[in-house]
This record gives sequence, structure tokens and C-alpha cells, in this order.
Amino acid sequence: MRLVRRALPRWAEVAVLPLVNVALAFVIVGVIVAVIGVDPLHALRLLVAGALGSSEAIGYTLYYTTNFIFTGLAVAVALHAGLFNIGGEGQAYIGGLGCGLAILALDHLLPAWATIPLAILAAALFGAAWAAVPAWLQAWRGSHIVITTIMFNFLAAALMVYLMVNVLIAPGSMTPQSRSFTSAGKLPQVHEVLAAMGIQVTPSALNLSILLAVACCAGVWVFLWHTPWGYALRTMGHNPDAAVYAGTDLRHMTMLAMCLSGGLAGFVGVNELMGVHQRIVLDFPAGYGFAGIAVALMGRSHPLGIVLAALLFGALQQGGAELAFDIPSITREMVVVIQGLVILFCGALANLPRPWLQSLFALLSSPRVRGEVPAQRAEGS
Amino acid sequence: MSPISTVRAIELSGIDKSFGNVHAVRGVELAIEKGAITGIVGENGAGKSTLMSILYGLYRPDAGEIRVDGRRVEMEGPHEAIARGIGMVHQHFMLVDTFTVLENVVLGAEGGPLLAGGLAAARVELARLGREFGLAVDPDARVADLSVGEQQRVEILKVLYRGARILILDEPSAVLTPQETDQLFRILGALKERGVTIILITHKLREILAVTDQVCVMRQGRIVAERRTAETTAEELAELMVGRKVRLDLAKAPPQRGPVLLSAEHLGLVDRRGTRRLDDINLALRGGEIVGVAGVSGNGQTELLQVLSGIRAPTGGRLVVCGREIDAARPADPGEMRDLGLAHVPEDRLRQGLVAAFRAAESSILGYQKDPPFCRHYLIDGPAVTAHCAQLMERFDVRPREPALRSSGFSGGNQQKLVLAREMAQQPSVLLVGQPTRGVDIGAIEFIHRELVKRRDAGCAILVVSVELEEILSLSDRIVVMFGGRIVGDLPAANADERTLGLMMAGEHA
Amino acid sequence: MSIDDVASLILLTLAATLRVATPLVLAAMGGLFSEKSGIIDVGLEGKMLMAAFFAAATAAVTDSAWLGLLAGIVAAEALALLHGFACITWRGNQVVSGVAINILAAGLTVVLGTAWFNRGGQTPALEGAGRLRPLFLPGAGDNILVYVALLSVPLTWWIIERTRFGLRLRAVGEMPLAVDTAGISVPWLRYRAVLLCGLFSGLAGAYLSIAENAEFSRDMTAGQGFIALAAIIFGKWRPFPAFGACLLFGLLDEVAIRLQGVRVPGVGEVPVQLIQALPYLLTVFLLAGLIGRAVAPKAAGVAYEKER
Repeated sequence: MRLVRRALPRWAEVAVLPLVNVALAFVIVGVIVAVIGVDPLHALRLLVAGALGSSEAIGYTLYYTTNFIFTGLAVAVALHAGLFNIGGEGQAYIGGLGCGLAILALDHLLPAWATIPLAILAAALFGAAWAAVPAWLQAWRGSHIVITTIMFNFLAAALMVYLMVNVLIAPGSMTPQSRSFTSAGKLPQVHEVLAAMGIQVTPSALNLSILLAVACCAGVWVFLWHTPWGYALRTMGHNPDAAVYAGTDLRHMTMLAMCLSGGLAGFVGVNELMGVHQRIVLDFPAGYGFAGIAVALMGRSHPLGIVLAALLFGALQQGGAELAFDIPSITREMVVVIQGLVILFCGALANLPRPWLQSLFALLSSPRVRGEVPAQRAEGS
Repeated sequence: MSPISTVRAIELSGIDKSFGNVHAVRGVELAIEKGAITGIVGENGAGKSTLMSILYGLYRPDAGEIRVDGRRVEMEGPHEAIARGIGMVHQHFMLVDTFTVLENVVLGAEGGPLLAGGLAAARVELARLGREFGLAVDPDARVADLSVGEQQRVEILKVLYRGARILILDEPSAVLTPQETDQLFRILGALKERGVTIILITHKLREILAVTDQVCVMRQGRIVAERRTAETTAEELAELMVGRKVRLDLAKAPPQRGPVLLSAEHLGLVDRRGTRRLDDINLALRGGEIVGVAGVSGNGQTELLQVLSGIRAPTGGRLVVCGREIDAARPADPGEMRDLGLAHVPEDRLRQGLVAAFRAAESSILGYQKDPPFCRHYLIDGPAVTAHCAQLMERFDVRPREPALRSSGFSGGNQQKLVLAREMAQQPSVLLVGQPTRGVDIGAIEFIHRELVKRRDAGCAILVVSVELEEILSLSDRIVVMFGGRIVGDLPAANADERTLGLMMAGEHA
Repeated sequence: MSIDDVASLILLTLAATLRVATPLVLAAMGGLFSEKSGIIDVGLEGKMLMAAFFAAATAAVTDSAWLGLLAGIVAAEALALLHGFACITWRGNQVVSGVAINILAAGLTVVLGTAWFNRGGQTPALEGAGRLRPLFLPGAGDNILVYVALLSVPLTWWIIERTRFGLRLRAVGEMPLAVDTAGISVPWLRYRAVLLCGLFSGLAGAYLSIAENAEFSRDMTAGQGFIALAAIIFGKWRPFPAFGACLLFGLLDEVAIRLQGVRVPGVGEVPVQLIQALPYLLTVFLLAGLIGRAVAPKAAGVAYEKER
């Protein structure tokens, strides 16, 4: 007789399984680092020091975390609706465009307290609009959303290059970037705010976008689990037939889910352009959109999990940059490899450790742990 | 062990099988006589299909031994069973819709790496089998274009083409009219004459008595009795199946008919491909009556429920629900239908009626999530939802009484009771019920039927769609019969019997 | 322009179209095997990229295009096996697995390339025997993989339509249960399909780096794997129409290159970014406009699960 495997307890399902999955991904990363000829433990030490070693490092880690929260939430909201949005990259790009355009139009006219909310709104609207087209194509024309969102990433990149080179470029500039925003279009940095409160920290790129990210987490949580629309959205994700039965228009719900998703992704533009660059630049999404998939899968599409996963990825991003600086044979793309592996192990191979964990739990919860169970196993094999 | 077998085609001993916490088959001992037709009867969930799937190699037993023609066999998979001459016709056909009959028949027995030769040989063999057993089917027809009866013939041909000497049929009549079933039984008779051993799984006693030589009764995963068919009766078998005396008919008072609450006039539905699914449906549903819709599945009942419940808009004709007129230009979605006072228990609770991954409490407001008291100020009131679910569970005896448990964690009967409870709790004036007792154990069936009658007596207009004629006959006050998307018969239940309805279900006006 | 000029322009355009379409065709045929068996392959892109890198890296080190080709195939097969392991053995989400493979390949090629060659992710330029040469027409770029791509289309058709394997492949993509109950192993069939896909996407990737170009550069696939996927959908999962779609994409790409810097009457100079975006735009339009719904293999994307 085999050892009876039972379903994992809920806490193990929520906490242990993802941790084991992430651990597996990092074991593989360690192997790759070793193949390149670097001691993985040495690399890990450098990475941790680079991510958390100083208040500046922590500031940068949190700044990266902010982006990962936005894109992670974006992917998660779509996933709850059963949609796979891999267009976060393009939505972030266009969201940034909206944010930048709003500021360029308003920063000479309005004070910061008026410009900033309007720019944030514009980022969400532009991001949502860029997601709305693939959503419409999926809902009304039956196009595969994975392919269309990917195509829209390429289209966003082409559009932005065109606009930056031909339209938005600052007069006299040699590089394709817009004019600088005035102070009305600048989101306060966290170190400035803290300094105003009498706390001195080393300046970093961390700005108040992180509060927006936290607010988005709370908003998504309330929306998904405590409103009838969130309820309908999750119903569609689990069981579209049941959603239709319940009176949900799947096409409208697809639009709603994707627009929310695109809007969240668009906030990357707020953090990057209004928070850091102070102008519209090229290539600022830098892979955050794709990384959002890893963040969402690792965080099991729950805001709390996403915050934790985003912190990990933020630390990796910051620590990875320091690591690449210290060890020339390691590049920043190592972080991309880690993202890929996390998607693999937390997503497609999520069940890999399950049987093993189930056996472990069965063993631990058995009243007669010693003696009898191993004998049973031997008999079964 | 078995007192009746002479030569044994199959012997099962000590077969045991569990799925998770469900002990589906418990220590089964069974001997199948060679060249005879053996029936296996039992309620839904008694373990009949699981047992046969073990015999066919689809499931591996946790314990026990299988012998075919006296030799012990390790059933590694269906290929093993096929090699031993065992063939199985599954309840849900294992046919590739986009393939022709010929392609389906040769799949897995192609006779070589290239298709051409195998297909030609199969064409000849198919013609021979068709003549010999009365199983003619056009070999070049696409399976998707065939009727259900023809598809079943393809399944049997598939098995015979592989040279099977032992044929297992799992609920073969579930999709057939009584007349088609009789034809199937003639084919089985012809096969038996040529020495084929046949195992017939069914829950219909009429079929057992009509065609088998011996019968085994299963209950809760065990074989509880074996009888010579000639030496038993329907009453005895029914009692053995259920484990106690069963009352087959439902006591209910004559209906007190009220006003018409739902009426359909010339209702039609043409799907996206241009196929007419519903054709000129005329139907009036009064408060205080139960109207049963009989028919072989796939004759428009599903579409009728979809249109009446607002899931699909009609493409022709007119529908009036509680005073609201609905037609192609003015459709009403399921949400609006609910607001009008129409509730709907869908045919397939797991596919439509609830969300498997949701907690029972969440599933208990499906469709009503925007309504007070569940939703106030645009926010869902969690405690109110949980309390509501607990109340439904109490009233309909749903077990276990845990609103926090996932919907998939309940048995089929309890899921059905939860869906029914949710829909009835809204005190609807019109209630549509699809397959009220599909996959539900007999105790729950009685309960569900009594609840439906109670609602009827409270003035609700109830429409019941079921493929179980017995259910239709015992529950309905009036019966309509659907065939090919049309209503081909409309008669008081008192004037109906299985034979009349069967003829109508086959499209022959009685 | 004389008739000869027009004829030669057409010929040149055709040859160039074929050259550009070759990796699309190879990848599309590979993807077709996978999708026909019911395994969606969003990871074509990643497999091509990985193959392109390993082909160029091996060719650069060994100075042999053939060893490079082999290495490219092995690299793509490794990812194909990973995809199979995740989707068939562990019944993981096929799209998620494909995306993971794409991101993994995008990162790993640069990480390994930098560590091994120290050129910011690029591989050294290939010369002489390190590249696949034109076979018959010098200058036309008709290397062996172009002919392989041309042959792969009828071959794919023949395998799918005329062989036992093809029949079972089609069946398993439509109804795996029917295959299982017919006594055929569903996982083994799907693994073979996925491996065939790996072979073809390996060829496609190698073509990019050791035939069409003479080095690997980061993200050099630039969405071609997705365009191949779109060609499969556009061709309704049939080899010849998918081939036609690939040619269409290739032609468009070629025309776009020729339009660069040209003033179109009434429009003016077409922005180069628009031209670069044309294949993606066209993909979106074709997918939105011309596809019937119910043509995909019915079981595509659904893991085959049975309780044992």
C-alpha cells in the first residue's frame, strides 16, 4: 500500500509551496552562476549587501519594488479574470507617455498639487487605453490576447521611438528625450519628505510613488474580494459559464479587467518619469512588465504576496546591479534569468514539489511516525 | 464464490480503489460468464463505471487481481485490455469529432506507419461488420455530423474492429430513445449469438430485465447481490440497489393553477453557424404547476433553458416573463431575469451553477452578488453572505455545514442542494430546473422532489428539464416533449406513459 | 524601367522574401506539430533565440557551421523538453511555461554570452566555415536551411495527413481521451510533437545567427517566434496556408525595407518606425479580421489529466 497523500493544509498551500518553488528556482540560478565561474555564495553575499547594505541601497530596492508592485498587480488582476496580460511592458510605456504629456501640458499652468493627480490619472488612462485594444480584439474578434498584447509591446516601442525622435524631442537636444518637467511636475522624493520631517537619509530614487503602490494594493484587494464587480471578475476567471449564468457580460468584464490591468501597469510611468527622470525618455519600462508575471505568479496573485514578491525582485534588481558592477562576468540580465526561472517554477511547474510535500506532511501528521510508515512505503515500492 | 458461472471470461477478486477520500470500489469479487450478457446495476455513484474502468485499464486498482480467460493480467493501460480482447463503449463517446468514421475506427489500430493501406483494409472490414451485425454507418461521414445513435454504432464498430471478444457498455441508453435502445439490444443479441461476452452497465432496471442473462447489483462500491435475470424482479433489484424499500412515486396534491407567469410564442433560436436550435416553441407556464420537458438530450432542452433564463437571446418569436416582453430586439440578461422573479437551477451545476474554487458562501450568492443584503454601498458584506449560506445549509440539509469550505469539496448531491437552496431562497415566481437530480443519491432525490412540489404548492411556476423519464413522469403536472428543437407533444401527466413519450421523443407523433 | 529590370526586381524581391520568411516557416512548422498535439507553444521565440545563440557560439568556437547547427538544435530541444516536462508531465499552464522560456532565453543568452565572449552579449563575427553558405546561387543567400524550410512544408503536411503518427497527433489535439482509450500513450505522443517543434525551432534560430547573419546579437529574434505563431493561427493550423502567411509576412518585411527613405507620392516619407511596426500591425489586423473561431485543436492548452 502506498502512503496516502492528502491535500496540503491551506497554510502550506499558501506559504510553503511558493517558498519551495522559489527556492528551486534559486538553486538553478546558483548552478548557472557556478557555470559562469563565480562562487554562488560569494555572489549572494554581494547581492544582499548591494540590496540592503545601506539606506541608499534600501531606497533603491524600494524604488524598484514600486515598479514591480504595479506590474505584478496588473498581471494579477488580469489573471483573476482568466486573462494572461503579457503586454504590461507596452502599457507601462504608454502609461508613461500619458503621464508625461499631461505634465508637459500642465506644468506651466497649474501647481504641483493639481498637476500630479492629473498626471497620475493620465498614466492610468493611457495604460488602460493601450490594454483596451487587445481586450476589445479578444472580446469581440476572438484574437488571442497573448499574441495581441505581445504585438502591442512592439507597437508601443515603435510609437514611442517615433514620438520621441520626431515630435516630443526637446529643441536642440541630441538625445531623444523631452524637455525637463518644471517643479510642478515633480513627485517629491522620499528623502526630501523625510528631511522635512527631520529625518536624514541618503538620497535615492525612491519617491512618493511607493505610497501610490501601497494604495493600489489595498484598492485591488478591496475591489477583487469585496465588491460585486470583483466577484464577477473572479467568477469569470474561474468559470466563464458560471459568470454568464450569473448575468455577467463576459465581453464587458474582459474590457474592465484589462483596462484595470493596463492602468496599473501605466503607473510605472509615474514612478519612472514623474518620480525619477523628470522628462519623457525612451526604454524606461526596462522589462518591468514581463517581470510582473513572475511577481504575480510568485505572489499567488494576492496583493500581500505581490508586495513580498516585489520586495524580493526589487532587492534582486538593486543587488544585481551592484553585483554586475563588482563581478564583470555577471551582467544585469542575470535578474532576467531569475525572473524566467521564477515564472517557470512558480507558474508552470508549481505542482512539482507538491507530491513530495504531501508525503512529508503525511509523514509528519501520522500518529505512528516511526516504524510503521517506512515499512508501508517499502511494501508499496 | 459465484454459484452461477460456468466458463468465466473475466474474474475480478479483491478489487479496491479510492480517489482521495472517496472509497469508490471496495473489495469487489466478480465473475463474468463467457458468451452471456451480464448486467451491472446500481445507483449513480455506486462504483459501476469505476469498476469497469479498472477492468479496461483506465484506472489502476489499489488492490486486487484481474483474470481474463483464467490468466492473471496486470492492466497497465487500455492497450493491455485491448490486447486481451476487451473493448469498452464509454458513456461519453471517445470519438474525435473532426475525424471521419473510418479515421475514428482505425485510430490505435492503423496497421502500419502509413495510413493508406490501413484505411483501405478498414473500409472493407467495416462494410462486413455492418452487414453482419446491422451496424451500417457511412465510413466517410464526419462524426460531428452523425446522430448520437450513429455515433454509438461507431463506438461499437471501433471495438469490434479490434477483434474484441468481451464488450463493456457503460450506460449505453442514456443518450437514446427507448426505441433506439431496443435496436441496440437487438445488436447486442446478434453479438451474443456469435459468442461475444457482454457487460452492460446501467441504472435502468427495464433494460436489465429485457436483455441480460445474469445481473450483479452494486451499492456503495460493493457487489451486494448476483442473480439469474430469469429469477429476479424489478422490485427485488430496486430494493437491492438502494438497500431499502423504495417508493417510486411521489405523493402530491392536484395542482392549483394560477395565472400565466411565463409564456413563449413562436420562440426560435438560430446559432452563429446558422443551425436552428429552437423552432417555433409555444409554451405557457402557470403558477402552481410543474411542467416537465422530456426528450433525448441534445434536442433543444439546453437551449430552451438558456433562452428562458436570459443566457441567450431568442432570434425569433417572443417571450413574456412576469409581464416583461422579451424578443431579439429587447433581450434580457440573466441578471434582469432574476430581478423579474425568475430563478434558474442549471443543468450542470459544476459548469454553471457554482464556482468550484469559491467557498460555499461565495457560491451561495452567485447571480445575486449585487443585491442587498449581500451588497451594501457597493461593497459585499462578508458576514451577511456567510450567515445566508449557513441558513441555506440548515434549511436544505447541506453537509458538511461549512460555508467556508470550497464548493468543490461537497458531494454532487450536496452541491445540487446548495444551488437549489440559493435559487429557492429568492422566492421566485418562475423556477427553471435542469436535470434536478443528475448524479444525486436517492435520499437527496426524494428531498429535492418534495421541495419542488412544496414550491409549486406555494404558487411558483416550475419548469423541469430532465432526461430521466421516470422523474418527469412522477414530478410533472403537464409534460411537453422536445425533438429536434421543437415541441412535439404537450399532454397532461396523467395521460402520459413511457411508451407514448418514447415515441414522441423519437420524433414520431403518437 | 525595362521588362528585364522589372523581372529582376520581382525575382530579387521573391528571393529576399524567401530569405526573410525561412525562419518563420521553420518555426511555424515546428509550432504546428506542437499545437496539433494540443500543446500551445508561446515559447517558439525563446527556443529560436536560444538556438541562435548556441549555434553562433559553437560555430565561433569550433569554426564549423555544422557543429553550430547541431548545437542550436540541441539547445532548442532542451527548452522543448523543459516545456514538455512542465506541460505534459506536470500539467502546468502552457502559456505560462512558454512565457517563462522566452524570458529565460532572453536573459540566459546575454548572461552566457557576456561571460563567455565579453562583448556585451554578442558573439564573435563568423567567417568562412563558421557560416552556412549559399548552395547554388552566390549572393542569393540560398543556404541549405532555405531549402529545408521549403521542403518542411510538404513534409509536415504529409506527416500530419498521411501517417499513423499524424492521425494520432491530430486525435490527441482534439480529444486526448479518445487516444488514451484506444490504448495509445498521450504523453509520449505529445512529447514527440514537442520534440519535433524543438527541432524545427532550433533550425529556425540557427538560421538567424549562422546563415542570415554572421553573429548572435541580443534579442535578435525580435518577435519572429510570435509572428510564426500568428502565421499558424492565420493558416488555421494547416501547413500550406501557414506557409502562405509566413511568405506574406516575409514579403511585407521586404517591402518595408525597400520603402525605407523612399518618398511615397501623396504621403511623403514613411516614418521608419511605422515600417518596422508593420509586421506587428499586420499580425494584429490579420488575427482580428480573418479568423473563424472554432478551428484550433479543441484540446489545445488543456493538460490531459487522469486519475490513476
